[in-house]
Amino acid sequence: MEEIYTVIPDDFERAGAASTSLKDLLKKLGLPPELIRRIAIGTYEGEMNCLIHGGGGQIRAEISPRDIRVSIEDHGPGIPDVKKAMQEGWSTASAKIRAMGFGAGMGLPNMKKVSDEMQIATQVGKGTRVTLVFHLPA
Amino acid sequence: MVTLKKVADVLEAQVVSGQEMLDRTVKQACGSDMMSDVLAYAKEDFVLLTGLLNIQVVRTADVSDAAALIFVRDKHPEQEVLLAARNKEIPVLYTRCTMFEACGRLYDLGLRGYSGKDRK
Repeated sequence: MEEIYTVIPDDFERAGAASTSLKDLLKKLGLPPELIRRIAIGTYEGEMNCLIHGGGGQIRAEISPRDIRVSIEDHGPGIPDVKKAMQEGWSTASAKIRAMGFGAGMGLPNMKKVSDEMQIATQVGKGTRVTLVFHLPA
Repeated sequence: MVTLKKVADVLEAQVVSGQEMLDRTVKQACGSDMMSDVLAYAKEDFVLLTGLLNIQVVRTADVSDAAALIFVRDKHPEQEVLLAARNKEIPVLYTRCTMFEACGRLYDLGLRGYSGKDRK
């Protein structure tokens, strides 16, 4: 099963709507609440990053009996220094974004914390794809 | 564990929506205007205290399973934010307390937050 959501550039009002829709779907599928919470938080962080830094993009959620893979992809500026971006508190977000409650530099570290596996594929000037993998209980 | 009813009493809060959910129990609280920090530190069964008024407050409360949303400093969000919270079955409270005062009262009540010891 695959779900695809679009992240519209600069649409702060709708930002997060994809993550809450995915959460509603996972609830209907009857997954454990703690797992749903981790997936929803990871996806939401990725969705906000996609909107704030990537200029919008796409979220793809693949649901299989073994795991759930969420990839967040944008065609933005890419991440020049992934190691720095993984440091808690390091952020390039603008004052406007911070005033909206984001840009604390917790996004990528938190995505790693809530997921079982995380891969970052990024190229400066081309874009970024972050894939989160969540294992389902056996 | 305390009920939302007790939380509302202690904060002398107005319950804007979710009166029927005041028997929910909570054991933690998270007070912040930075939603990024809430997502990183909040645990389940918590109340979210904030002075931020935008729609992302509801989205953050929803994805992190907040038991209630408490607006401090007598701040009131727009109707659409309240409607979103109602749709997600997240009770909304208003208190005149500042963030510091509200957090102090809830700590005194027995609620706790992230102490730095339990992070992966």
